[in-house]
Amino acid sequence: MSGETHPLGNVTRAPGLRAWLTAEVTASPRQASLQRLYYGWRRLRNNPTAMAALVALACLVAVAILAPLIAPEGYDEQNLAGRLLPPSGAHWFGTDDLGRDILARLAWGARITLMIATLVAAIVAPIGLLVGTAAGYFGGWVDAVLMRVNDVFLSFPSLILALGFVAALGPGIRNAIIAISLTAWPPIARLARAETLTIRNADYIAAVRIQGASASRIIARHIVPMCLPSVIVRITLNMAGIILTAAGLGFLGLGAQPPMPEWGAMLSAGRGHLTGAWWLSAVPGAAILITSLAFNLLGDGLRDVLDPRSE
Amino acid sequence: MMPQSVTGETPRLVVDDLRITFRTPQRVIEAVRGVSFAVGREKVGIVGESGSGKSMTGRAILRLTPPRAEVSAKRLSFGDTDLLASTERQMLKVRGRRIAMIMQDPRHALDPVMRVGEQIAEAIPAERRGRAAEDRDRVLAMLEAVHIRDPRHVYGLYPHEVSGGMGQRVMIAMMLMPEPSLLIADEPTSALDVTVRLRVLAILDELVAERNLGLIFISHDLNLVASFCDRVLIMYAGRIVEECVASELARARHPYTRGLLASLPRAGDTRARLPVLARDPAWMTSELG
Amino acid sequence: MIAVRDLRVSFAAATVVDGVSFHVPPEEMFGLVGESGCGKSTVLRVLCGLNPAWSGQIVIGGKAMSPVRDRAFFKDVQMVFQDPYGSLHPRHTVNTALTEPLAIHGIGGADGRVAAVLDQVGLGGAFRYRYPHQLSGGQRQRLAIARALILEPKVLLLDEPTSALDVSVQAEILNLLTDLRRQRNLTCILVSHDLAVIAHMCDRIGVMQHGRIVEELTADQLNENAARHPYTIELLAASRGYDRALGERLADE
Repeated sequence: MSGETHPLGNVTRAPGLRAWLTAEVTASPRQASLQRLYYGWRRLRNNPTAMAALVALACLVAVAILAPLIAPEGYDEQNLAGRLLPPSGAHWFGTDDLGRDILARLAWGARITLMIATLVAAIVAPIGLLVGTAAGYFGGWVDAVLMRVNDVFLSFPSLILALGFVAALGPGIRNAIIAISLTAWPPIARLARAETLTIRNADYIAAVRIQGASASRIIARHIVPMCLPSVIVRITLNMAGIILTAAGLGFLGLGAQPPMPEWGAMLSAGRGHLTGAWWLSAVPGAAILITSLAFNLLGDGLRDVLDPRSE
Repeated sequence: MMPQSVTGETPRLVVDDLRITFRTPQRVIEAVRGVSFAVGREKVGIVGESGSGKSMTGRAILRLTPPRAEVSAKRLSFGDTDLLASTERQMLKVRGRRIAMIMQDPRHALDPVMRVGEQIAEAIPAERRGRAAEDRDRVLAMLEAVHIRDPRHVYGLYPHEVSGGMGQRVMIAMMLMPEPSLLIADEPTSALDVTVRLRVLAILDELVAERNLGLIFISHDLNLVASFCDRVLIMYAGRIVEECVASELARARHPYTRGLLASLPRAGDTRARLPVLARDPAWMTSELG
Repeated sequence: MIAVRDLRVSFAAATVVDGVSFHVPPEEMFGLVGESGCGKSTVLRVLCGLNPAWSGQIVIGGKAMSPVRDRAFFKDVQMVFQDPYGSLHPRHTVNTALTEPLAIHGIGGADGRVAAVLDQVGLGGAFRYRYPHQLSGGQRQRLAIARALILEPKVLLLDEPTSALDVSVQAEILNLLTDLRRQRNLTCILVSHDLAVIAHMCDRIGVMQHGRIVEELTADQLNENAARHPYTIELLAASRGYDRALGERLADE
């Protein structure tokens, strides 16, 4: 153990970086939090399935970003002469009934899938955390009211509920995202509430209460950081369901509207040609499968890493 | 050197150069580093602070160390059984039958959905079981032996319905049912209040004397062990740094033992500050002459 | 400094504290000793405002206390908890734990104050950006004490501050508390199940059983074996270790 402090200027030096990240004495708040990230990353790296999932998702993100390079012609260039071509060197995944390249549509569609996933997570996590921690911390009538509302949402299957919302709001991708978010927050709130109930009587919460902290400060600065890991894990695990719901809405024609290359809608469009041109449905189907599986496996891996007991 | 027990009889348990090592990709942790002792028909206390390896030593005797632990010894034997060479199947005949173990919190060790009396009856070895009524009588007799005033009532209780002190008595009754000849008690009274602790210890004391048992009493409480046991082994950083007759603990010579004794507050003590233990790296390696 | 009269606390059907009265003059350390469930920790939680459901009269620093305390109260009265593993937020560094009370009360100069209090509890600057899981039990308890002291309270409540620690570490923490109390002229209440610790630290001692103080005596009286109540005598005997004769007499009770 050395009392020596490392100036931040040393960070970029490669061998020094590892030593800095694994130093027993952390000398700054930034080093302390980066060290946590680094140790988490090291644990994740030791989990092969989670790493495979991470690689798959990284590929998906790369494909989404590079879509204009992969398919410069866009997702909607029709070629009625080349309809329903099987996979070949020119069209890796074949073409659909309007002669559109399926790879191009898949790549552009990755953007839609990722956008839905990101937006839903960004909407659901704060709402779920806020409702769950408030219900858990305050208890009493606050808990009763929030949790009964929660129960109402939880008592419908999520696709049915999303269908209802989309039917009311009108089809389209924006409404699909709103509908999915409305169905996805209750389990997060339940989880955050359960975590809060175990944390609320901990001595460290009592300690901050007798420092005179307000309830909102206790929730925001002391309870939320403890709930966050399990919420992240749960959202990652639920991401598979979210993607499937989005695809389901697309399949039923209530999500992304043609000609948008949403994977569920592509799957739906291909179902008429299932016997003659299987690739129309199989390719977007496989993409949905792989993406949901990857989110699921990554969620499992994150659970092992983020579990505070593993420290 | 062949370890000898204090009473001069052939020791029941012989531990010679016991070592327990944990290997992780980052480092090697030596939890126990060459511990030797023998136990006969006597009460031997093992005292040490957290991390001294005292619990690990107790567990190693029953081969209950975690799977990652590497255990080695020149000799680890009980009677004529070599505990290190025994198969898991052979260990089943030793564990609980010939050597029993009492844990710190009885409520974690009892099955929450089974009546206390039935659990004690389960502890009777299959070959000694009789008719249900006979077994029940033996359990009731055992509950009486641990000074439970209303055995019939306690027989029908569930573990959550008994207090800590009562739970520990039940635990002792259960462990003694197969008539073991050595008892390992790992902090058996640390979870109990001080006055309840005295009662449980008195029962343990009586049973050990009556039933011709050997006892290994593992604890962090130097005072308690010294007043309860015949002989005390003091462990520090995985080694026994000192061994002495319990009644002569006050004359202990090792600076660690002396430091521990001095740092204890006592009723009737007028020192303004307590002497703080200054840990000497030499304690990690040197033997006391 | 602290006066408690006829304090009663009930949870559901059980009466946990059943008419406790005591008085602690300024800069004195008062000890409450008793076994689990005797209500001693509940008394502390009521005093520091963590438990609002009580009846009776509590006066701290000349002010009568209501069940709900204002923010200024917490600047004067702080508490150290029993379990240093449970009383520190696992995801807050030492620095965060110590700056949080200052931020709540809008006190500036956090940097210097944190450094000073760390020095005072014997931790030093090297620990400043560590997480609790990187500290030993004794170091955690020093941090918990530092957190209680950073608001410069006048009253320090100590709930079994050393019962989760090894004896050699216990001696260090008890010495630290002795020193800090002198330096800062603190009025303290120490709760413990260990009569020896209480006798070592406190000027006056209340022995609690079943929610009542059954005997109150000075440390000198205790040391001169002037205890009268049978329960105090039993506790005293038990604190000296195992005694076969006593144990056997008790075993049948």
